[in-house]
Amino acid sequence: MTAVTLLPYADFLGIRVEGVLDGAPLLAMPFSEGLVGAPGRLHGGAIAGLLEIAAIAAIDATLEGGEDPRSIFKPITVTVDFMRPGMLVETYACGEVVRIGGRIANVAVNAWQDDPDRIIATARMNLAISPPPKTE
Amino acid sequence: MAAGMASPTDQDKGGTAFDPAEFLASARDGHMMALGIHYVAHGADWCELALGYDRRLVSDATSGILASGPIVSLIDMATTLAVWAKRGGFHPHATLDLRLDSLRPARPGEPVTGRAERYRITRRVAFVRGIAHDGDPADPIAHAAGTYMLLDTQ
Repeated sequence: MTAVTLLPYADFLGIRVEGVLDGAPLLAMPFSEGLVGAPGRLHGGAIAGLLEIAAIAAIDATLEGGEDPRSIFKPITVTVDFMRPGMLVETYACGEVVRIGGRIANVAVNAWQDDPDRIIATARMNLAISPPPKTE
Repeated sequence: MAAGMASPTDQDKGGTAFDPAEFLASARDGHMMALGIHYVAHGADWCELALGYDRRLVSDATSGILASGPIVSLIDMATTLAVWAKRGGFHPHATLDLRLDSLRPARPGEPVTGRAERYRITRRVAFVRGIAHDGDPADPIAHAAGTYMLLDTQ
């Protein structure tokens, strides 16, 4: 796997690619004040955003090399379960492509903080795969 | 606080003891402020917030379509405020789950409005639902359903 292109929204959240885990990009979201929800807790929406970006990065990685420019992935449904509060530290996420077809991809993705075995949130996403836009 | 189903007393509290507009206006930092989410309106068990269009929040630079994450944040905050409006004040709760169905892409350049309601509250759980639209509530861009665990009840 070479470069993984993240979404502009990923830059907004401060997310970077940390490495590879089981063949999928491992993303890290360092703590910043802009991610805080309730006092002392990360906002659930920011965690959901990280999960979404990790899911898209995981699909992107499976398609890599096959297409240039990139396909567009449009979330159809995303279901997030929050298991533990997000503390004010770095958060990691990595997706697993459960199935990828011609039009739909199904991805499972987990987020954790200090301990990879203590998942703070998990999501299932169904995404539509659209062909790359024609360059103008 | 005595735990129980929504009572007329709770109903009376809605919109009086807790003011979502004031709550959001008092925020000095945090995720809501970073996203630029602001207050629109609220009632006894619902709340409406808006998210201005921002190119930093898009999922794809070419299309300019918003990522779903900011819409999840918008709905999560609107549903939270709807619960607090109903319960008459700030009560800690934790999002148990939230599902977002993306019905169509948001129109690039348009602000997104999120309207959420608390449609059922039990001893431990608040059930919420909401929509997001970019101008016409009858043509939403997303539908959401979620649950919150109430943390100050037994």
